[in-house]
Amino acid sequence: MKELVIVSGKGGTGKTSISAALAFLSPQKVLIDCDVDAANLHLVSGAIIRETHEFKAGFEPNVDENKCTSCGQCTDLCRFGAITAGVITTPFNCEGCGVCAFNCPEHAISMLEKQAGHWFLADTHLGQLIYAELGLSVENSGKLVSKVRQEGKKIAKAKKFPLMITDGPPGIGCPAIAALSGASLALAVVEPSLSSIHDLKRLVDLVAHFKIPLAVCINKSTLHRENTREIIAWCHSKAIPIMGQLPYSDAFRIAVQSGKTVLEMEDAAVIEEMTKLWHNLAKRLEVSITESNIGFFRRKLHIFQ
Amino acid sequence: MLISIASGKGGTGKTTLALLLASIHSDITLIDCDVEEPNCHLFLKPEWQDQGQEVAVMIPQINIELCNGCETCSTVCLFNAIAISGGAALLFNELCHSCGGCILACQQGAITEDKKLIGTITTGTSPIFPAIQFLSGSLDIGTPSAVPLIKAIKEKVSHLAGDILLDCPPGTSCSMVTAIKDSDFCILVTEPTPFGKHDLELAMNITHLLNIPTGVVINKSDENIGDESIESLCHIRQIPVLAKIPHSFSFAKEYAAGFIPDEFQAVAATIWSQLNAKGSEGI
Repeated sequence: MKELVIVSGKGGTGKTSISAALAFLSPQKVLIDCDVDAANLHLVSGAIIRETHEFKAGFEPNVDENKCTSCGQCTDLCRFGAITAGVITTPFNCEGCGVCAFNCPEHAISMLEKQAGHWFLADTHLGQLIYAELGLSVENSGKLVSKVRQEGKKIAKAKKFPLMITDGPPGIGCPAIAALSGASLALAVVEPSLSSIHDLKRLVDLVAHFKIPLAVCINKSTLHRENTREIIAWCHSKAIPIMGQLPYSDAFRIAVQSGKTVLEMEDAAVIEEMTKLWHNLAKRLEVSITESNIGFFRRKLHIFQ
Repeated sequence: MLISIASGKGGTGKTTLALLLASIHSDITLIDCDVEEPNCHLFLKPEWQDQGQEVAVMIPQINIELCNGCETCSTVCLFNAIAISGGAALLFNELCHSCGGCILACQQGAITEDKKLIGTITTGTSPIFPAIQFLSGSLDIGTPSAVPLIKAIKEKVSHLAGDILLDCPPGTSCSMVTAIKDSDFCILVTEPTPFGKHDLELAMNITHLLNIPTGVVINKSDENIGDESIESLCHIRQIPVLAKIPHSFSFAKEYAAGFIPDEFQAVAATIWSQLNAKGSEGI
């Protein structure tokens, strides 16, 4: 099973729109949304939740007031300024390290497992989707990303699907690292703006650090042709293949507004370029471009069963 | 006044708004807290005043000679950053939160601490906007957590009076929370799409939880589609819409080239007058 991860460094370059369009074109795939602190893919795919699962990760301290003598040992030892003499004064500062609990002379503090969010299995018109919702102001977004990937892989394996398409998070920190590690191919979506080019270069360094194959897709390529040429030249010098160039089009915005993929918008130029992008990716990933007859009949058979 | 600019969804215009607001102020400090992907400097083109201050976190150093492999440290480490291998403790740097718990727990005195660099803070002034005092954080590539770097850069300006603007990272997780924490006011920038609205709501939950007065700016505004649903959300949540920045292809083009056009200075001025009014009311 191949895993295509769509990333960008900079936010808002079109990761989700492109992920949805690729899922529309790809015959057999599982879709996952690894932007766990601001998931959006379910909004354009008509998602109906089939399963909801709790996600627990990390710990939080719980103080037994009857045992606490307010000695202040916890305050002295806490490096995050989260606790004052047995009172969790600033819960947002707490990293859940347990130093207060392990070093309390009265054993008044225990560490409880923390509810860190939910993950969902949903049916969509693009196929099955796994996405998540991180709890309010909790750590562990990287762990939740790993969980979503793990569940996606299970489904792909069970259904014998050759591909998992991952809508990745922005940035280069823990969620991005968790989404990328061990992927078959990272597709970096870049737009021809100085910010996006700058962020692409940092992302390229990150991907090289983890030794993941990388390809680029230029979105809104007609917005600034000079910058587009610069991206092409730069990628060429780094031997990074460019898999597609999508034109600047209002169709993307209108598609999001109407909860559809951009391919359903009747913008011929976008449809053509997006199809080219998918063909290039499929070739690179060695997955079939269209549904094989065998796969088609197997699925039909599955309906009858 | 400490004003943070956040969004939930990425690419809605946080940096644009931060620069617009800073560019018309007579004396302001602007901080780029989006340390994973900082961008403000691309527009300010600053003259850096220093080589940059390196920021480090403390991580444990295990003295194998003294370690007897008793597993106490790995038991107390709730981040699973220490494992016992070959009869001695082994540290996984990326998982460590620098809490110091293992040092307190080790009975052999086998663990000390040493610095590990995670990023850089640079300071500068822009020849284009001389009234802006500028600080920018940049996370070293491969470092998972941006939180200690964001804390360090905020610490650097904590003594300053006057107006400070923070350009925050996207999302709603620990980096964003660390960046907006303690601000007097938070501006959430959104775009009038279902994506923008969905993530705006998540960001509103965070500012509500942190008890930070909040206002919304609708960027790439379009009266025909979308604005209304954002406005009704703001109405329900009793959060004011401070301004709308119209969708403009020419602006996007200038922005792509690294310029902040004058086009929306009047919008920025109305936002400042509302912020100042809130400031004098004591927010």
